[in-house]
Amino acid sequence: MNTVIDDNFDEKAEWDEIIQPHTHLLDLPLKEVWRYRDLLFLLVKRDFVATYKQTILGPIWFFLQPILTTLTFTLIFGRIAKISTDGMPMLLFYMAGITLWNYFSECINRTATVFKDNEAVFGKVYFPRLVMPLSIVISNLVKLCIQFSLFLLFWIYYIVTGNAVHPNMAILLTPILIIIMGGLGLGFGMIISAMTTKYRDLSFLLTFGIQLLMYATPVIYPLSSISGKYKWLIVANPMSSVIETFRYAFLGSGVFNWSGLSYSAGFMIIIMALGTIIFNKVEKSFMDTV
Amino acid sequence: MSTVIKVENLGKQYRLGEVGTGTLSHDLNRWWARMRGKEDPFAKIGEANDRTRKGQSEYVWALQDINFEVKAGEVLGIIGRNGAGKSTLLKILSKVTKPSTGQIKTRGRIASLLEVGTGFHPEMTGRENVYLNGAIMGMTKSEITRKFDEIVDFAGVERYIDTPVKRYSSGMYVRLAFAVAAHLEPEILIVDEVLAVGDAEFQKKCLGKMKDVSVNDGRTVLFVSHNMAAVSALCNTGLLLKNGGICALGEIQNIISIYSKIGNGIGGQTIDESAPNPGQKLKIRSVRVINELGDVSAHIDNAYRAFIELTFEVLKEGRGYDVSIELVHTGYGTIFGSTLKDVDPAANDGNIFIKGIYTYKVALPVDLLRAGDYIINAAGAVPKVEMLDEYKYETYFSLTDSISPVATTTEGRRGAILPVLNWERV
Repeated sequence: MNTVIDDNFDEKAEWDEIIQPHTHLLDLPLKEVWRYRDLLFLLVKRDFVATYKQTILGPIWFFLQPILTTLTFTLIFGRIAKISTDGMPMLLFYMAGITLWNYFSECINRTATVFKDNEAVFGKVYFPRLVMPLSIVISNLVKLCIQFSLFLLFWIYYIVTGNAVHPNMAILLTPILIIIMGGLGLGFGMIISAMTTKYRDLSFLLTFGIQLLMYATPVIYPLSSISGKYKWLIVANPMSSVIETFRYAFLGSGVFNWSGLSYSAGFMIIIMALGTIIFNKVEKSFMDTV
Repeated sequence: MSTVIKVENLGKQYRLGEVGTGTLSHDLNRWWARMRGKEDPFAKIGEANDRTRKGQSEYVWALQDINFEVKAGEVLGIIGRNGAGKSTLLKILSKVTKPSTGQIKTRGRIASLLEVGTGFHPEMTGRENVYLNGAIMGMTKSEITRKFDEIVDFAGVERYIDTPVKRYSSGMYVRLAFAVAAHLEPEILIVDEVLAVGDAEFQKKCLGKMKDVSVNDGRTVLFVSHNMAAVSALCNTGLLLKNGGICALGEIQNIISIYSKIGNGIGGQTIDESAPNPGQKLKIRSVRVINELGDVSAHIDNAYRAFIELTFEVLKEGRGYDVSIELVHTGYGTIFGSTLKDVDPAANDGNIFIKGIYTYKVALPVDLLRAGDYIINAAGAVPKVEMLDEYKYETYFSLTDSISPVATTTEGRRGAILPVLNWERV
């Protein structure tokens, strides 16, 4: 019995790598991802170069997109449907929601199709696949920063002109909010991406699902305006407290409590862990099913 | 020398047909079997991979019971017919897909080149693409920076390095892509038939670079190719795959000569009695090499006459059918092609082929052929309109040269064919 164990020990020490049919569920290639960090940043760069090359307005689109959406929302939900904004300036209210929601939904959307979008590359060369979803989250983070600074411009304008905007110390929580959103987008995206390699139907549901989720998140309405038997649904949504906290911090209206935020953080950690494990398992065999 | 790759009991199972129907129930079945500690219920029913016979099972073993070792510094050529499992083996070695059974142990950094230019983005400049492609292949940014000038120099695209690659000619694109790959410097290099790209001059440069990598730097190379000339020039050992299993392993010249002798069945002929595809108009039934005595033979001596006999079945009456052969020398490539229309091009064009079996026989110009191993490819088509049936790399024979005046000298005669010319003094 002893010799068998010794043999195994020797084998492991002798070989750099062993390719096997089944690997341990928690055998995550995190060290390898670190070794490929240069690739990570080159992929982020590629994202930017590729998106706006040969468009006339170029990076201005980063600003134009949220402004146009905000104007649309202000017109439809604010002026026509007359949904309450808790007394906040409509423009800021919608822009806050849209800026954050865009980040989350882009992370999910692009991570969910990562296998399909990169089939050609994944089929020809090996690198830790986790690099790909990570690069998506980071490149979206850069976009978020640009759009966030746009929001800040409007925000400062409203403060200077003396509007009913009451920022407070909760602003310091912003990085945490961003981490929670990124983590949720990444985690959900990885779970969906793993499932769509086998069951393609899911990709059709994705766009619809994300839209539905947006209406279940206080993006176009404040949480305070919801009452009755469906409120628990909105509260159970981990994105709700993120957006509410953000509005509370910058605008002074919104529901902020530590329990809601820790619920979201906990939710994010679980989804991230689950997503990483599932993704890591599927990436080894997806070439045979995709 | 130490072993750098050790492959043990490697197997890979694929599911045929449409993935997507019934996978959920199969998955559940698998899961249930695993929960009870039983064997995978679908792993048992797979069968060997022979694409000429219609399989009974939905699952097929693309590779089965593969065992071999590669020593440091070895240049191993992996050969076999289409569908023998070469690409699957490469994919598993490159970690693009995982095996179903067995394991592979490796030592040292591996780079695999299943394709050149993976991840190239047309909108980005040559410079940006070199960095991205290098990083995808596993190089760090500083490594690429160090070799950047060398890469650009090898590719010969200095002038265009800051131009988007979509403006490149296809030749430039391939050269730049290969240049990145050629400067990877891994301990083990796995190369698929990427040399089948670019012009002849560049192919020569690539082969030279690969030879350089293996001989001068002493690195291990695994090389898959149909080009026997390239394989025999580069490799010192060979691995011959057949129907997903190892057929032969050893010194490269032996392996190439075995490869040239294994046809579908006995050497010298290919017989296909399988049912035609629905709607198929013409099916090639057999390709045979016949010696002077009228027997099927895998060995021809050019002192005697030899024939190729071709049998095909016309399944749907039609006009303009033509059947052709191509004679390929394993070292020199295609020697010539010939079709039924050689005899009377005009008459054959209008000929109507009624349903039935047709057999044609043609004498080979054996006195022109040099010694070596040959492959006969056969195809049926309506020329320039549609391909009806095709057999590639399936019929083999070897030829010994006992008539050419220089056959006995050590140097031998140069060239793919050995015409004896009529020199006159003027």
